[in-house]
Amino acid sequence: MEENYIKHQYAPILPEKDEWPVVKLARERKEFVKKVATLSEGRILDLIGKNPEILKEELETTLYREKLRIKQNPWDVDPDDEGPFWGEVKNNLLQIHSEVSGTKAKKLEAYQAVLRKITARYSEEIASNFKASHYKFTRRVVTYGFSRLLNAARVKGFGSLFSNQFTLQDKIQITGQTAQLRELATKGTVVMVPTHFSNLDSVLIGWIISVLGMPPFIYGAGLNLFNISIFAYFMNALGAYKVDRRKKNMMYLETLKTYSKEAIQFGCHSLFFPGGTRSRSGIIESKLKLGLLSTAIEAQRANFENGITDVSGKIFIVPVTINYHFVLEAPGLIQDYLSQTGQERYYKENDEFSTSYKISKFLFKFFTKGSDISVSIGRAMDVMGNYVDQDGKSLDKWGRIVNTQEYFMSNGKVTVDAQREEEYTQMLGKRIVEEFHKINRVFSSHLVAFVAFELIQSKNAKMDLFDLIRLPQEDLLLNYEEFKAACQRVLNQIFELKSQGKIDSAPHLNRSMDEIITHGLDNVGMYHAKRPIIKDKSGNLTTEDMSLLYFYHNRLHGYGLEKLF
Amino acid sequence: MALKNSSKSQPIGVIGVGSFGTAIANMLAEKNEVMVYARKQEVVEEINTQHSASGKILNSKIRATFSPEELCNSCGVLFFMIPSAAFLEVTRTFAPFLHPYHLVIHGTKGLAVQLGEGEQWDTLKKLRRNQILTMSEVIVKETLAVRVGCLAGPNISTELSDGQPAATVIASKYNEVIQEGQRLLRSEKFQVYGNSDIIGVELSGVLKNIIAIAAGALAGLGLGENAKGLLISRGIVEMAHLSKALGGTASSVMGLAGIGDLVTTCNSPDSRNFTVGFRLAKGESLSQIMASMEEVAEGVNTIRIVDAFLKTAGIRAPITENLHRVLFEDLSIEEALQFLMKYPFSVDVDFV
Repeated sequence: MEENYIKHQYAPILPEKDEWPVVKLARERKEFVKKVATLSEGRILDLIGKNPEILKEELETTLYREKLRIKQNPWDVDPDDEGPFWGEVKNNLLQIHSEVSGTKAKKLEAYQAVLRKITARYSEEIASNFKASHYKFTRRVVTYGFSRLLNAARVKGFGSLFSNQFTLQDKIQITGQTAQLRELATKGTVVMVPTHFSNLDSVLIGWIISVLGMPPFIYGAGLNLFNISIFAYFMNALGAYKVDRRKKNMMYLETLKTYSKEAIQFGCHSLFFPGGTRSRSGIIESKLKLGLLSTAIEAQRANFENGITDVSGKIFIVPVTINYHFVLEAPGLIQDYLSQTGQERYYKENDEFSTSYKISKFLFKFFTKGSDISVSIGRAMDVMGNYVDQDGKSLDKWGRIVNTQEYFMSNGKVTVDAQREEEYTQMLGKRIVEEFHKINRVFSSHLVAFVAFELIQSKNAKMDLFDLIRLPQEDLLLNYEEFKAACQRVLNQIFELKSQGKIDSAPHLNRSMDEIITHGLDNVGMYHAKRPIIKDKSGNLTTEDMSLLYFYHNRLHGYGLEKLF
Repeated sequence: MALKNSSKSQPIGVIGVGSFGTAIANMLAEKNEVMVYARKQEVVEEINTQHSASGKILNSKIRATFSPEELCNSCGVLFFMIPSAAFLEVTRTFAPFLHPYHLVIHGTKGLAVQLGEGEQWDTLKKLRRNQILTMSEVIVKETLAVRVGCLAGPNISTELSDGQPAATVIASKYNEVIQEGQRLLRSEKFQVYGNSDIIGVELSGVLKNIIAIAAGALAGLGLGENAKGLLISRGIVEMAHLSKALGGTASSVMGLAGIGDLVTTCNSPDSRNFTVGFRLAKGESLSQIMASMEEVAEGVNTIRIVDAFLKTAGIRAPITENLHRVLFEDLSIEEALQFLMKYPFSVDVDFV
């Protein structure tokens, strides 16, 4: 019954690397950074209505926050000249305050000069340092290194280290609309929006993109990752630009958005993790960070405004889910989540710290043992959430062709309306969440974790989550037969949902229920010191870590399956 | 697919020439060209030749068509002024011709139920929120239009036609829809407010019909102003809770589309909902009343939908529940009133 996953060899879609928009962008980096700075400046001026008093206030706020950040939260990656730079900004502001008098226009001009300096600095900071040669090298290292590990573990005998029998694609299955994605990437600009559960996602997605033969995507990576120099090398090689989450001031955010928008307009395929950070609870993102998403809509509108109405100016949103049996940092994530939601009711018991030793140990285990990963590529949509066909044409629910430009028109012209686009961003966010749920692939491990947690909860109906987590282990025993029956109920419902196109499932779920359960138990959180579910000697089930069980259970949240208990 | 007409000569589209539709079309015609849609050819001809629709006088600048395609191609802004019973059908008729650039404002107070395959509305006893659609949700679901708004408030058509001072609310998530509606409708005698909570405003207009039936019943029982004051204030509380449960905000209920419309409707004995309540109190049954009314009073339908929704929402709405029992389960009006007087409302206002 089990369908076989077919490995594909994807030829590069744009063979010459000089043709990649991301390479072009790197070549024109200097001019691009300058352009971003100037546009950001204009954008901020528009936002404050060119009022010198408000601009002054914004500048002072930014200055205050930046000084505070430098003092209270310095990072290795911060440049040395930060202190002097902001000191100079301070002097400039004081000078304007005491010396420039008279007309509004004069004041505005003086403050604008300070603003210009700041946006120039920010855009330089954000811009990526992509180098095609580094990219190629990194790609080779990753692919080569991983497949050596894999073959060393699986192929017996002499020379296994040099065998090419297994490749990374055996571990990481790519399913879904790969052909469409490749096709559209040659026609327009792709914005990929994956779910985010693990720090490995960035590397994984980078690898997927190159396996699919596509040019590198640019994406915003947290500046904290650049603290570690080896990571910084990888990130730069993959075309990452830097997002500093400590900087919440308006000027920084506007510069960041301008950068993203301009890069998309430039034709660079982009990638956002729309959840913002990794999902702390293990739930598929349901509330998206809309900031960067809005830049896709803006870029689309700008293309229409500039008269690029053919497919080359079209932006395609491609949702992607990454499905794991195992999330390396799950213990830390769920603890974060519990301490945020439970506040003083939740006490951390131990602090598990992820070291590079742990990461390498995990990687070794990952390649030598079971536990596969699958990546589902969803159907591409236009920025309004309409599906698009192979040629990039948008289709409505009835299959009629929709002209996306018309969403941005009033009285026969493309118009700019920030409030309208805000609403559109919300709509797009909702559509992406819907698609995530549809393409989410259920694994055996998700099923067993979900059923185990729900059963325990239904046996202790009066307790809330925090009471449940503190239950002693002897209260957590589940009878195998009862568990099996419940698994079957949930699985039936999953198949029902699947037939309606509301969820996807991995092929191993077509095995017999006993096999599915064994597979699930073997895989769920398999490398954690404390396992979320284990079988005891008498064949019954129990958990060693209730909060981890909760984490893995959450993957099936949002389908109404809880009603079965 | 660019628009055929340039922006200045573009007429405003009005769909439906009932009393409210006619009143709005006339108001729009004061400043703009207007094109109305009517289904029947003889009505179209009457409008184009005699400038009247079923006897109601229309501004001579108003042209009529029975082609949805012509209307959609000529107009950028459309007003859907149709009874809720016909809403879905008319929306589907227009769907093939509506584009994402159209701004659509509707003036229909009603709810629609979304049924799955093989489900019958009559047999469903429970409804979840996602099975209930407001009229703007119907438009978004059935057509490509996204920039949608609604018109609600105390707008009795005859008073509008007489040119008496009045006001309305245009609600939309999109500022451009509100601004366009205000630009088109505002006049010395007509004030237009904006509200971004479209669901709350639509629900206010819908839920007030329930209270209007109750107001009619009180009048039918011969009760006075104290009772009416009591009903209106308890009615507002109930509307606020229901609106919140259905995805609106309580503050919209406080506005023109909520309190404003409620007070007007509870004081207009001519309204259909009021009449239903009045005749119920006089001892008639629902089927007797329905038999002698041309159109169904929207409140009756709303009570059924909201009562079914209450069963899944886990909240109580005593006025609605009791009216449901009166209408469909043979409880007498007197008993219902007794029940409400004994109901343990402990707090006066608990939603602001």
